[in-house]
Amino acid sequence: MKKAIKVISIILALSLVFAFAACKKGGGDETTAAPADTDTTAAPEAADLSNIKFGLICLHDENSTYDNNFIMAAKEAQAALGLSDDQVLIKTNVDESNACYEAACDLAELGCNIIMADSFGHETYMKQAAQEYPDVQFCHATGTSSKSAGIANFHNAFATIYEGRYLAGVVAGLKLNAMIEAGDITADKAVIGYVAAFPYAEVKSGYTSFFLGARSVCESATMKVVYTNSWFDIDLEKTAAENLINDGCVLISQHADSEGAPKACEAAGVPDVAYNIDTSSIAPNTALVSSRINWAPYYEMVINAVAAGETFATDWIGTIATGSVELLPLSANCTDDAAAKVEEVKAALADGSVKVFDCATFTVNGENLAEYTADVVDEGDFVPETNVILTDEATGITYFAESDEQFRSAPYFDILIDGITELG
Amino acid sequence: MAKQNKVHEPPFHIVKRPAIARWKALLIRAVAILAALAVSSLVLFVLTKKSPLEAMKLVYEASFGAYNKSSELGFFAQILTGRKFWAMLQELSMLLVIGLAVTPAFKMKYWNLGAQGQVLFGGLCSVAVMFYLNKGYWETHKWLVVVLMLAAAMVGGVVWAVIPAIFKARWNTNESLFTLMMNYIAIQLVSCMINVWVPTGSSVMGVVNQTTQIGWMPTMVFPESWGMSPSAKNYFFNIIIVVLLTVVMYVYLRYSKHGYELSVVGESVNTANYIGINVKKVIIRTLVFSGLLCGVSGFLLVSGTDHSITTGLDRGYGFTAIIVAWLAKFNPLMMVLTSFLIVFLDKGASDIAMNMGFNESVGEIISGIIILFIIGCEFFINYRIVKTHREG
Repeated sequence: MKKAIKVISIILALSLVFAFAACKKGGGDETTAAPADTDTTAAPEAADLSNIKFGLICLHDENSTYDNNFIMAAKEAQAALGLSDDQVLIKTNVDESNACYEAACDLAELGCNIIMADSFGHETYMKQAAQEYPDVQFCHATGTSSKSAGIANFHNAFATIYEGRYLAGVVAGLKLNAMIEAGDITADKAVIGYVAAFPYAEVKSGYTSFFLGARSVCESATMKVVYTNSWFDIDLEKTAAENLINDGCVLISQHADSEGAPKACEAAGVPDVAYNIDTSSIAPNTALVSSRINWAPYYEMVINAVAAGETFATDWIGTIATGSVELLPLSANCTDDAAAKVEEVKAALADGSVKVFDCATFTVNGENLAEYTADVVDEGDFVPETNVILTDEATGITYFAESDEQFRSAPYFDILIDGITELG
Repeated sequence: MAKQNKVHEPPFHIVKRPAIARWKALLIRAVAILAALAVSSLVLFVLTKKSPLEAMKLVYEASFGAYNKSSELGFFAQILTGRKFWAMLQELSMLLVIGLAVTPAFKMKYWNLGAQGQVLFGGLCSVAVMFYLNKGYWETHKWLVVVLMLAAAMVGGVVWAVIPAIFKARWNTNESLFTLMMNYIAIQLVSCMINVWVPTGSSVMGVVNQTTQIGWMPTMVFPESWGMSPSAKNYFFNIIIVVLLTVVMYVYLRYSKHGYELSVVGESVNTANYIGINVKKVIIRTLVFSGLLCGVSGFLLVSGTDHSITTGLDRGYGFTAIIVAWLAKFNPLMMVLTSFLIVFLDKGASDIAMNMGFNESVGEIISGIIILFIIGCEFFINYRIVKTHREG
């Protein structure tokens, strides 16, 4: 047996030697090909980006709508900037463990000068790698600690997706109105069901803004939220949606990363608002609309900054204006007035006459919020220290300043407002 | 008549080999590996339209790093100082140590499917120590925190392993189901404790004591001139501990009375009873040892690797370790090779996926093909195919 293993290892080693010999040959080909490449791309813009290598670390793979959203954006940015395939490296299924640190180091050693990670749990491992490779820019989506960490090459980024969800909520609210008018349901039965991942600020902020959007047009709307305690679980999300529908919910939305809920809705014939992907192909009769963070503008901004040798934001906030917050095309299942209403609300959000978390529009335990201290400065202590209720001088609106420039990009709205019930 | 016989009998039948010459067994294995490489190359070529050699180069580099011709260092020096090699050794060690942990139980034919839970619970106890003992006195006694973490992890691992063992020894309950269920309890306990420790509800613990590094496995100090990568420094003690444990386990199974007793219990409980072995005692004792090692694995993953805990702390190795142990026929020294094989293929798979712009599943298909051939060839070592003799 021992000998057997020895021989196996020798054979394996030999096959590797052959592979290795061959790869040297391959390497030679590459070097001859490279100059030809630079000859053809004489355009100044492309030449500027020739040293760029962008690495992306994803928690799951393309099957997760969340990760797919990051991957699609990378391809979009690649096409927009004219980067070649070997300038964009994507690592999928990277756990929120030391594996993330290893993946980041790997990408750094492969010559990446920008490395982006997409999951909240990647953050501390990205910081660890950032300290080891000070010349490489490490970017992290949804993270909270770049401002307090003091690591020059470590950055956070997120977008004001609550505005996108608010718009999606408006579309949903109009649909509820149409259902009430058609006599399908009575006004008091306008119950929205929401499939949520974790009871975490990013999720709570998302479902609250969606609900406020819906209630801004459909006053009697209420919402039930159920948690799956997983970011990505097709079966759990499908079952959760089915349970909500059985529980009397007449419209479903989600913040969980699979197609489970839209599929359950299509089977039950219940209208559905998704997140990050256009579900009109998998739910042709029930999909309404989806909101999405488009990461391409961020990637492009970072790539251009690094190519020019400039620094960029430690904590970056994408908005509707930067093209980071998108509402995907409305489906034919939406009401006829939806498109016009969305444009109207979008304009109002842009000029500041409407605030998503306008304290006058919601109550907590029957009272309006006048002050709220959130844990904005992440020092790992979980102690809230910053009042995030502001009053806009121009309009006089008092509002919860979510993902605000003076605070940070990652959401901190973690309040359960009246009208929303968390189940289980 | 002869013609009729031919119709009724299959053209060949399978016969158990009484014994096989060593060179024949080796030949069969060699053929299997070559066939595996050929089939996987074909699959890769069909899927990627790229040279299989290029893919194999990527697989090699995933574990040993790319060779840099312009570097002053020689071929082996580059491997030994590089990050990839140490990262590979680290993964290998983590898989191996869990493999070592399940081995004595499996050798006893006690189907312990609970390594995942035992590692998780050991890790949970470990991270709890790290989480609570991080201020004041402990800032100046970091080594003591590490020792306490190890102790806590061992206790945790033992508790999780010994509960099903007691039920098995006393009431002959089914250990496979019992240990499997214990995994779910451990997973949920980890989720639950993370939510207790992290009130934001993110269910992410993140690196604990990132700035003070309290409870972190010490890093090895190499001479500056050697130019060792940080991975070598970070993982060195993990790897050394696993090397020692491998030797200990080899000696335990091969030369100790305990090792002999557990293999007798595995072969036949009746024989064990007849020659006066206390079977209940052996079951419980073996699982204490097994749990102890799972606890150590949890400790190495928490203190020496992640500095945190997730429900995926064990990386699925709780189950992969069973393949490692089985492929090596429960010989700890062979397990070094089988762990290497699995880690090598695994790392290669994910690098193929990244470099060729594929989903990781492609790499896993290749690993699957190779492992299937390696396991499958054992059939031809144990049996032979005989042509049916025609009469007359």
